[in-house]
Amino acid sequence: MEQNEKINYSMNLNIWKDFFKLLKPYKVDFIKLTTLNVSLGILDSSFPMFSKYAIDNFVAKKSLDGLGVYIALYLLAIILISIVIYGFIVMAGKLETKMAYDIREKGFRKLQELPLSFYDNKAVGWLLARMTSDISRLSETISWGLVDFSWGLTMMIGVTIYMVFLNWKLALITLSVIPILAVISVYFQKKILIAQRGVRKINSQITGAYNEDIQGAKTTKTLVREDINLEEFSALTNSLKEKAIRATILSSIYLPLVIGLGSVGTALAITFGGKFIMLEIISYGTLVAFISYTAQFFEPVRQMAVIFAEVQAAQASAERVFSLLNEEVTIQDSEEVIGKYGDIFNPKRENWPEVIGKVEFKNVSFSYNNGEQVLDNFNLSVEPGQTVALVGETGSGKSTIVNLFCRFYEPTSGEILIDGKNYKEMPQTWIHENLGYVLQSPHLFSGTISENIRYGKLDATDDEIVEAAKLVDAHDFIMNMEKGYDTEVGEGGSLLSTGQKQLISFARAIIRKPKLFVLDEATSSIDTETEKIIQDAIQKVLEGRTSFVIAHRLSTIKNADKILVIRDGKITEAGNHKELIKKKGYYYNLYTNQFIDEQSKNVLG
Amino acid sequence: MKEFKKLLQFADGYKLMYLLGMISIIISQVFNTIGPLIISNTIDSIVGNKPITSNFFQLLVNVIGGREFLAANLWIMGIIIVLNTGLRGVFLYLKNTLSSKSSENIAMRIRNKLYDHIQRLPYEYHVKADTGELIQKCTSDVETIRKFLAIQLVEVAGSLFMLFFILYIMLTLNKTMVLISFILVPFIFSFAFIFFKRVQRDFEKADESEAKLSTTLQENLTGIRVVKAFAREKYEMDKFKLRNTDYRNKVNKLIINLAMYWSISDFFSIIQVALVVILGSYFVILDKMSLGTLIAFVSYVNMMIWPIRQMGRTLTDMGKATVSIKRIDEILVEPIEILKVTGETPKINGNIEFNSVSFSYDDGIPVLKGISFSVKAGETIAIIGSTGSGKSSLVHLLPRLYEYDSGSIKIDGMELNTIDKYWIRKNVGLVLQEPFLYAKTIKENIKLSDPSMADERVFEAAKIASIHDDIISFENQYETLVGERGVSLSGGQKQRMAIARTIINECPIVIFDDSLSAVDTETDLAIRKSLNSRKNKATTIIISHRISTVSEADKILVMDKGKIVQSGTHDELINEEGLYKRIYTIQSSFEEDVEFE
Repeated sequence: MEQNEKINYSMNLNIWKDFFKLLKPYKVDFIKLTTLNVSLGILDSSFPMFSKYAIDNFVAKKSLDGLGVYIALYLLAIILISIVIYGFIVMAGKLETKMAYDIREKGFRKLQELPLSFYDNKAVGWLLARMTSDISRLSETISWGLVDFSWGLTMMIGVTIYMVFLNWKLALITLSVIPILAVISVYFQKKILIAQRGVRKINSQITGAYNEDIQGAKTTKTLVREDINLEEFSALTNSLKEKAIRATILSSIYLPLVIGLGSVGTALAITFGGKFIMLEIISYGTLVAFISYTAQFFEPVRQMAVIFAEVQAAQASAERVFSLLNEEVTIQDSEEVIGKYGDIFNPKRENWPEVIGKVEFKNVSFSYNNGEQVLDNFNLSVEPGQTVALVGETGSGKSTIVNLFCRFYEPTSGEILIDGKNYKEMPQTWIHENLGYVLQSPHLFSGTISENIRYGKLDATDDEIVEAAKLVDAHDFIMNMEKGYDTEVGEGGSLLSTGQKQLISFARAIIRKPKLFVLDEATSSIDTETEKIIQDAIQKVLEGRTSFVIAHRLSTIKNADKILVIRDGKITEAGNHKELIKKKGYYYNLYTNQFIDEQSKNVLG
Repeated sequence: MKEFKKLLQFADGYKLMYLLGMISIIISQVFNTIGPLIISNTIDSIVGNKPITSNFFQLLVNVIGGREFLAANLWIMGIIIVLNTGLRGVFLYLKNTLSSKSSENIAMRIRNKLYDHIQRLPYEYHVKADTGELIQKCTSDVETIRKFLAIQLVEVAGSLFMLFFILYIMLTLNKTMVLISFILVPFIFSFAFIFFKRVQRDFEKADESEAKLSTTLQENLTGIRVVKAFAREKYEMDKFKLRNTDYRNKVNKLIINLAMYWSISDFFSIIQVALVVILGSYFVILDKMSLGTLIAFVSYVNMMIWPIRQMGRTLTDMGKATVSIKRIDEILVEPIEILKVTGETPKINGNIEFNSVSFSYDDGIPVLKGISFSVKAGETIAIIGSTGSGKSSLVHLLPRLYEYDSGSIKIDGMELNTIDKYWIRKNVGLVLQEPFLYAKTIKENIKLSDPSMADERVFEAAKIASIHDDIISFENQYETLVGERGVSLSGGQKQRMAIARTIINECPIVIFDDSLSAVDTETDLAIRKSLNSRKNKATTIIISHRISTVSEADKILVMDKGKIVQSGTHDELINEEGLYKRIYTIQSSFEEDVEFE
C-alpha cells in the first residue's frame, strides 16, 4: 500500500481511458457545469471594466450622463454573478456526491460478488481505504478540478482579451510575467503536495502509535518500557514536526513569490501605463483597469497549478479504485445457470430444487493461485444428515475442504456433487441459502440481538427468533439483559461476551432450518457454564443435517458419524471414534494429549 | 480563557517566537496597506498633477529626487512598488515560519505529553479505557489546537490589525467615504459568523453519516464470510445503499447551504465595492476627492472584505479549540503512577512472603482474603483454581500493578510497597494471559524492554520459549513484521513470543499468568524444562489449568473464592481430599478410559 502512495508523474493512459468511460453518464452535468463556470470567468474578468467605465465616462468627463443605465447594468452583473456562484457550487457539489455515490455502489457490488479467495490476502483497512478516501479524492478532484479549471481558463482568457482590447502594447508588457508565474506555480504546487502527503502519512503512523500506547499499556507496565516508548514516539512526533514545518516553509516561499510577481505586473503597468497616459495614448480608467487585472491574474494561475498537481495525485487513487472495479470475479455462475436460477442479487428461488443433503467429493484437487497444492485427489461421500468431523493441524487442509464444500473455492480439478449434481451447474446462492454456518470467531453486525438472529432468515417472525434462541439455550441470557432481544450488540458484537456471541451465531444459523451445516469450532476458552451450553447446542444443531465440522471439542468429535484425520491435504485416518482409537495412530495421540487438557479444565471450571 | 492558560505550559521557550510571528504579520500588513497608497498617489500626483496630500508620500518623493524627476523616471516608482511588496513578502514568510515553528513545537509537546501520560496511567485505567475516544482526543483535538495556534489566532490578529490600520488611513483620506466603505461590513461579518455557527450542525450530521457508512462497510468486509455463507449479498447491498444515500443527501444539504451562503455573501461584498466605486466617482466629479483616493478606497475595500468574511468563519472555528483543550485536559488530570519515589535499587533475590494479604478492586468486593504463603528464591510455585478465584489478581500485586489493601508482602524481607514500581517491575517478569504484540519485527518484539540487546540473547530467549523454530520458518525470519501489515501469529505463537520477551530480561521473579494455555502440552513441557535448566533459576510462579504443568512445582496452591484452600506438593495433594485430588482422579481415569475403549 505504501509504495502505491508515491505519486506517479507519468500519465497512465489506460487509467484515463477507464476514467472517461466512467464519466460518460455525467456528460450533461459536465456540460452544464462548464457553461456556468465559463460565464463566471467572463463575469469575473468584466468587473474591472466597470471601474474603468466609471473613471473614463463619469469622472474624467465630469458628467453623470448614463449613470442610471450604468448602475442598472452593474447591479445586473452582481445579481448574475451571485446566481452563477450559487449554481456552480450546487452543481459541482452535487456532481461530486453523485459520482462518489455511484462509484461506491459499484465498488460495493463488486466486493459482494468477489469470491472469498479475494479476501484471503487483503487487510480490511486496505479495502476500506479504497472504498472511502480513494473514491472521495477521485470524485472531488474531478468535479471541483473541473470547476476551477474551466473558471481559471476562462478568467485568464477573459482578462487577456480585455487587456489586449484596451491596449495591446501594455497588455503584452504586463502579461510577460505570466509564464514565469506559471512555471513557479507548477513547480511549487507539486512540491507542496508531496510534502503534505508526507505529513499525512506520518500522521497516520502517529495514530497507530497512540493505538499501541493504549492497547499495549499493560505490556508497557510489565516490561517497564515507558522511557523507551516515549523516546521512540518522540522521534516520530519530531519527524512530523520537521515535515510539517518544511511543508509550511515551501508554501511560505511560494506565496510571497507569487505576490511579488503580481506586483511586478503592477509596477510594469504603472511605469509604462503612466507614460502612456502622459503621452495621452491611454485613459486613466484603462490604467486603473490594468492595475486591477495585474492583481487578479495570479489567482487563476495558482488554481491551475493546484489542479495540475492534484490530478496527478488523483491518478494514484484512480488506479486503486479501478483495480478494484476491474477485479475479475473468478467464481461465477454460467449464463445458463443465471438464466434458469437467477443471479446473487435476483435469485429465481421458484426454480430451485430442494436440497436433500448428499455430498460427494470426486477426485478433488485444489491449489492456490501461487501453485501451492493443498488438496490432492480427495474423495469423500457423505450421506444426508451425517456429521463429518475434520481433525488435523493448522494448514493441513481442513478449512480448504470446508471452503470447497461451501463453494467459497472451486476445485482445481475433480468435482463436488450435491444430491448427485455437480454444484457448478447450480447457482452459488442455492448452496448458501441452504447452509447453516458458524464461524470460529463469530461475527455479528451492529444492531440488536433479534436483528442479528433474523440475519439467518430475513422474514422470520419474533416467535421464530425466540424459538431459535431457545433451541440453542440462548433465550435465558438474552432475557436476563435489560432490553432482552432489543439489546444492542455493538460493533462486531463487541458488547457481548465470546460465549454469548457464539450462541447468537448458532441461533442465526439454525433459524433458517438449513439442510447443510458448517461449523468451525472455537478454540478460545470460555467459562464452564457457557461451554456446557455450547456443547449441548452443537449437538442439537447438527442433528439431521449434513455437517462438516472443523472440530476441537472432544464431545463433538466423539459424536460424529465420520472422523477424518487430514494431514497435508490427504485423509490419513478415517472412521468413527472407536475405530480410530483402536488404530493407535495420529488420532489416538491427539486424543490422549490434547483432550486431557479440556477435561481437567472442565472439572476446575 | 482558563483553557488557554493551560496551553501556556506547553509554550515555554516558544512564546517569544510566537510573538515575533504575530509582529511579523502586523508589519506585513503595514506594507500591504501602504501598497494602494503608493499606487494612488503615483497616479494622482506623479502621472497626474494633483498636489500630494499624504505626508508619507511627500517624504518619499522628496528623498528620491522630487516629482519631476520621478515623472520622467516612472520605473523608480515601479521598483518602489515591487520593493514594498517584497518587504511584505519577507514578513509574510517570517510570520509563516515563526508561527509554524512555534506551534508545531507546542503541538509536538502536547502529543508527547499525552502519549507519556497515557502510558503512565495506572493499570486499572487501562482495563476500562475507551481506545477510540482516547485516540480521537490525541489526534483530532490536538490538530484543532495546532490549527488554532498556527493559523487561526495569527490570521485573526493580522486581520484585526489590518482593519484598524486601513480605517486609520481611510480616515486621513476622506471621512464620508469611510462610512460608505464600511456600511455593509458589519452585516457581512455577522452573516459569516452566524452562518458557520448554524451550519456546524450540518457538518456534524454529515460526518456522523459518513462514519456510519464506513462502519457498515467495515462490518461487511470483516464479516464477508458470514455474508457469503448466508447468501446475504443483496441484503447487504440494500443496507449499504441506504447509508450511501443518507450520506449523499446530508452532504447535498450542506452544499446547498454553503452555496446559499457564498452567493449571498458575495452579493453583498460586491455591492459594497460597487457602492464605493459609484459614490466615489460621484465625489470625484464633485471635486470632493481625487481620482487616486478613489482608487485607494476601491483597493482597500477589496483588501478588507475577504479577511472580514474569513474572520467570521474563523471565530466559530476558534470556539472548537476551547472544547479541544478541555477534552485533552480530561486525560491530563487523571493521576499517573509514580514509578520512581525513593530511587533505591536493592538487589532482589526472589524470596517472596505473603502474610494475610487482602485486596479488592474499586467496587469494594473482596477478591483476595487473607492470603499467606512463602516462596524461597529459585523455587517454582504453581497456582490452580477456577476462573474468578483470584489467581490473576494475586500475581498482579507482585509487580505493583495494584496495591494490596491490608496484610504484608515481603520481597527478600523488604515490604513490597516500599520498593519503587520501576525497580520491582524490572525484577518481576509477568507474562500476561492475552499478550499484546507491537507492529514491529519479531526481533524488536522480543527485545522490547531494551532495544540495545545483542541478537544472540534474542535467539536464546526464543529457543527457550520454543518459538525459534516457528520464527525461522517465516520468510523473513526474525525480521518478519508482526500485526496487520505483517504475519498474523496464532494464539500459541503470541504466548510464546510474550514468554521470550519476558525471560530475556533474566528477572529474579517470573510469573506465567495462564500464559501457556494456547500452547500444546509437549511444547509446554519443553519450555518448562529449558527454564529449569537455566543457571540462576528465577523464582517462578505458574498459573495453569493443566495438572501436568503444575504437578512438578515445589509447591502448589489451590485457590477458590479468593482464598488458598489447599497447598502442598503434588504428592501431598493427591493424598488429600479436595479439589486437587478430584481433578487428578478424573484425569487419570480419563486416560484409562482411553485404554479400554
